[in-house]
Amino acid sequence: MGAFPDISTSIGDYVDSFVSFIDTTFEGFFDFIYLVASRTINGIDDFLMFLPWWLFIVLIFLLGWYFKTVVAGVLYSVFIFLIGTFGLWEDMMTTIAIILTAVIICLIIGIPIGVWMAFSSRFSLVTRPILDAMQTMPSFVYLIPAIFFFGLGNVSAIFATLIYALPPVIRLTELAIREVDQEVIESAQSFGSSRWQMLRKIQLPQALPTIMAGVNQTTMMALAMVVIASMVGASGLGEQVLVSINRIDIALGFEAGISIVFLAVIIDRITNGVANKFQKHRGVS
Amino acid sequence: MTTKIKLEHVSKIFGPKPKSVIPMIKQGMSKDEILAETDHTVGVYDASLDIKQGEVFVIMGLSGSGKSTLIRCFNLLNKPTDGSIYIDDEDIVKYNSSQLKKVRQEKIAMVFQHFGLFSHRTILSNVEYGLEIRNVPKEERREIAMKNIEIVGLKGYEDKYPDELSGGMQQRVGLARALANDPDILLMDEPFSALDPLIRREMQLELLDIQERLQKTIVFITHDVNEAFKIGDRVAVMKDGQVVQVGTPEEIIESPANDYISEFIKDIDRSKVFQAENVMIKPNALVSLKDGLNVAIKEMEENGISSVFVVDRQRHLQGIVTIDDAIKGKKEKKSLEDVLSTDVTVVQKDEYVNDLIPKALESKYPLAVINEEEKVIGFILRVHVLAGLAANDVNESDEYHA
Ligand SMILES: Nc1ncnc2c1ncn2[C@@H]1O[C@H](COP(=O)(O)OP(=O)(O)OP(=O)(O)O)[C@@H](O)[C@H]1O
Ligand SMILES: [Mg+2]
Repeated sequence: MGAFPDISTSIGDYVDSFVSFIDTTFEGFFDFIYLVASRTINGIDDFLMFLPWWLFIVLIFLLGWYFKTVVAGVLYSVFIFLIGTFGLWEDMMTTIAIILTAVIICLIIGIPIGVWMAFSSRFSLVTRPILDAMQTMPSFVYLIPAIFFFGLGNVSAIFATLIYALPPVIRLTELAIREVDQEVIESAQSFGSSRWQMLRKIQLPQALPTIMAGVNQTTMMALAMVVIASMVGASGLGEQVLVSINRIDIALGFEAGISIVFLAVIIDRITNGVANKFQKHRGVS
Repeated sequence: MTTKIKLEHVSKIFGPKPKSVIPMIKQGMSKDEILAETDHTVGVYDASLDIKQGEVFVIMGLSGSGKSTLIRCFNLLNKPTDGSIYIDDEDIVKYNSSQLKKVRQEKIAMVFQHFGLFSHRTILSNVEYGLEIRNVPKEERREIAMKNIEIVGLKGYEDKYPDELSGGMQQRVGLARALANDPDILLMDEPFSALDPLIRREMQLELLDIQERLQKTIVFITHDVNEAFKIGDRVAVMKDGQVVQVGTPEEIIESPANDYISEFIKDIDRSKVFQAENVMIKPNALVSLKDGLNVAIKEMEENGISSVFVVDRQRHLQGIVTIDDAIKGKKEKKSLEDVLSTDVTVVQKDEYVNDLIPKALESKYPLAVINEEEKVIGFILRVHVLAGLAANDVNESDEYHA
């Protein structure tokens, strides 16, 4: 007789009607977002596809060389070349476009929120549990409102990716701003800096290396969402993985999978390299 | 000299309800009692100071005595819980934020213990910072910054980053950055404490040198007594958040206000604080050249001394004559000029006792002390130099003279 008594509260229903309410009330807003997001993705995608394939490979080499080493540059361009030989060039470009768009939006939203949290302990206090929830909620769940607001397609993928990938950049921005050496802040204050000058000239630049670490994490999480997001109709490498699962096509599954791994390695190493470049000279206060 | 900064009954309490503690302190509760009972920390209590235009004012005290808390009130990095702070006769505690910004931009600059440099900026743009936020045009602020980088001796380093410089050099950047704003007042919170003793000494001299040229009003914090007495025109001693004594280094050494201060200055190297003027004896007798031998002998006999300085009408030193030489000279019918010995060591009145020691040891006559106009104002015997080193009142050595 251990069954739970028959009391039903269906919080789910409330959430459902809340979401519908939002959808109808802010329809114009969602249309606007849809437009901006899809234009951005398509723009980036078109641009990447417009680049001759060899030029893209050279660019990757140069990035790898500048932020890491020559060997890294060579390795990364070989990876990209291999993805091309799998016949996944276009899918790769779409995936990169989705990730870039997601990350850019993450930064635009995340950095100001992080800064605000650093300045207001109260805001930080209420925001933190939300961030925890965003990160621990199974990422599939985000797909539902995504479809609801934006229908099937890349924009939904971005929306779901955003929610999942936003927390690290917010958290690390807050941490980074709070961590700036007190004496450095005071010395800027003692010269009569305004709050805005302080933020722009001192706090953000000082915080940049840590924020970059957040960007790195956010990017990696966006990449991790690639396959999941393809369930709501995102194209790109994730879609190929999904197709291969449906067809039980081991060859395609492996090629698409390893392509994602290659991208992950390249993006991780390069963003990491960027963070390290920023780190230079900023260790000492 | 005009008053530049005036503090009236400034208190700074840390805690949730700082104002509520003020009456308790007035009732005489100690810092520890207040901490135990109300969980408030008394940073500074009832500090009143009067800092003059162009002086180097040192605040010293043990760790935790409230020095930093007090100096941070001067530019309102700490807002006083109670009291007023007048800069050029205006109470800055009452300022609104834009007035405050203006004072910080134009009148007061601060140098920090750990330098507080902006690690993401080059030396040049660190030094430019204060001008940059005042929207000084790029060309102009570059020029001013370069000039100040040169003043602190860092020319050629302007494109380096702070982490590429040694500690001493970093603090020079801190100093240049403060000077670039051309402030009237320079606040320095233990600026040299993080430096090696050798570099530190060098920086102290350099600061005094810069001060001589630029004539800023400097408020300087240190917990090192020797540093305090070396660079301070006047020194305030703090204990448990209160200012317990203010005075010139000599005043504090000669009459410490209480045991705490005596203990504090116990280890002071007195020879580097006391100057010739402080240990010399004012001569009862001086003989003029035209007075002749008889007068000289009479003066020495009357005053019970064994030698006397001979001066001209302007009191410029001509030489010294001993009683033996004088008597011998009189028998041989010589004049005062003939028996005069010119082998006298002359010292300035502001020479430190430390520098007098070798001179006193070498000279067979007393040292002659002169002022800026080269007039003789006193003499120093070996024993006076030694007395200057000992803790007792120097005047006790009077009886030894002759
Ligand atoms: N922000 C603060 N909040 C609470 N208490 C503080 C704060 N700042 C200083 N205090 C307390 O005020 C007292 C005086 O500290 P202060 O830093 O002024 O001492 P100090 O003389 O500068 O010491 P030191 O030589 O170590 O720098 C100490 O008891 C310290 O704990
Ligand atoms: Mg201090």
